[in-house]
Amino acid sequence: MHVLLKNLMKDCLGRIGLLGVLVVVVLSLLAPVIAPYEPTDMFSKNILNPPGSKFIFGTDEFGRDIFSRVIFGARVSLIVGIISVGIAATSGYILGLIAGYFEGNVDNVIMRLMDVLFAFPSILLALAIVSVLGPNLSNTMIAIGIVSTPVFTRTVRASVISVKSMEYITSAKAIGLKPLDIIMKHISPNIMAPFMVQVTLALSGAILTEASMSFLGLGIQPPNPSWGSMLNASRSYMELAPWTAIFPAIFIICTILSFNILGDSLRDILDPKLKL
Amino acid sequence: MLIPVLIGITLCIFLIMHMLPGDAISSMLGIEETPEARQRLEEQFGLDLPWYKQYWNWISRVLQGDFGNSLRTDKPILPEMLSRFKLTFELTLLAAAISWIIAIPLGIISALKRNTWVDGVVRVMSLIGVSVPNFALATLLILVLSLGFSYYPPVGYESFIENPAVNLQIMILPAFVLGAIMSGSVMRMTRSSILEVLRQDFIKAVRAKGASEKIVIFVHALKNGMIPIITLIGMQIGSLLGGTVVTEQIFSLPGLGQMVLTAINQRDYPVVQACIMFIAFIYVIVNLIVDILYTYIDPRISYK
Repeated sequence: MHVLLKNLMKDCLGRIGLLGVLVVVVLSLLAPVIAPYEPTDMFSKNILNPPGSKFIFGTDEFGRDIFSRVIFGARVSLIVGIISVGIAATSGYILGLIAGYFEGNVDNVIMRLMDVLFAFPSILLALAIVSVLGPNLSNTMIAIGIVSTPVFTRTVRASVISVKSMEYITSAKAIGLKPLDIIMKHISPNIMAPFMVQVTLALSGAILTEASMSFLGLGIQPPNPSWGSMLNASRSYMELAPWTAIFPAIFIICTILSFNILGDSLRDILDPKLKL
Repeated sequence: MLIPVLIGITLCIFLIMHMLPGDAISSMLGIEETPEARQRLEEQFGLDLPWYKQYWNWISRVLQGDFGNSLRTDKPILPEMLSRFKLTFELTLLAAAISWIIAIPLGIISALKRNTWVDGVVRVMSLIGVSVPNFALATLLILVLSLGFSYYPPVGYESFIENPAVNLQIMILPAFVLGAIMSGSVMRMTRSSILEVLRQDFIKAVRAKGASEKIVIFVHALKNGMIPIITLIGMQIGSLLGGTVVTEQIFSLPGLGQMVLTAINQRDYPVVQACIMFIAFIYVIVNLIVDILYTYIDPRISYK
């Protein structure tokens, strides 16, 4: 971990990515301290106020402070990202391990199922799931978790298959270790590098999908702050109050960019063969 | 492998849509809902049958080209889906063309000028391309055009055959938004693919033969580096088709994406089911075409 961080700090882009991600994490954790107002507080005398000393990012159509909403929006985005990637990474990891280790029919069934899920554009499948379960925070996370699972399964399976052919795994089998012991003690630690890269890249994908779903009105529901829904609401007042669109857009772009840069740098460090 | 995946797609979308079958009936009946009215409608739509019988009935009709009727309008789904698909198809094609025009030359230049400032600029551009959500880019673009240039994207739709000039005027902005987003990953893939090919021995051999740099790049490197680029483009068609849902919504384009979204909001499940299945089928078929294209680009690949 220490070596990884050291290598990351050597890379200029890696430093920028890490810094961006840290800023988002700090903003989310300290949202109640940093934000001057509650995200749902309405100041009826200050509707669509431009940025100024009282409201540094201005106010929206209900007189709510955009800065506070953007900060709390970071928290929502990060929670959705972490939990949905947690769901996808856990299920993808288990399925990938089983498919890669046992191969044969089990592998065939799991991978065809993943092929089916992969055949749907992720946003469409997520929208279909949410339309049935109902649009809210937890269902958004479940939907994004399901649509992100195939990519983890494929990554883990491919790594397991390449590690499995190593001599030390043959030796472990020869001394009579049980499959579970081989998987947990010998395979798992050796497939962590591509898995962690995938986790970082999937986080940006999950945040992006959540923002798109909220933008379409099928993700986080008002009055809860979400960057996507803020941007959607701003469309009606965009010319009159461009700040209602600009700040949420900047925050979405910078957050996703930071996660992507970090993911790229991690990949370059952990898996130099894949360097783009 | 294609047939099991296609069957899997139909089963998957059917099961998702039938997790809560009662809701569509409730939303149709509204306050007039009585047990008798509900039963009558359930029988009318075959919702009282077990799920596998409903699936069998549905899939048998789909195979005969009957996607059922909309719960809202009671009109057949297929004709409307096909007419709206024309727009989505045009949008996807234009977006793909724009992304290739931007991405492939820039990717090649970036690979050739590796580790120079040009390479740096292209790499940053591609990173921004993969990180900017299409709705954010669309919103900011509309904002800049309206505030800076007093230009407002035209509303409505005219088909290319009826009025090509107006059609292009309507389509160019949404296609640019989708294409610009897609170009990020195509640019990265082109760069890494060309770099990979340029390292190989046959390129040295071509150079040693005295071939000009143009021949090296366009005849040898690009042709051999096309496989990963085309694979990516095939995979991107799926996200492009998904991306059209958001883009069509922003630019008020009456395409397939908007049809899905309206159907989801109205809980018109047969329409959602048909449209999502249709899009997934197109995605699978595009990837099949990509697989077949490999054999033309690289004759060493053959399917037996």
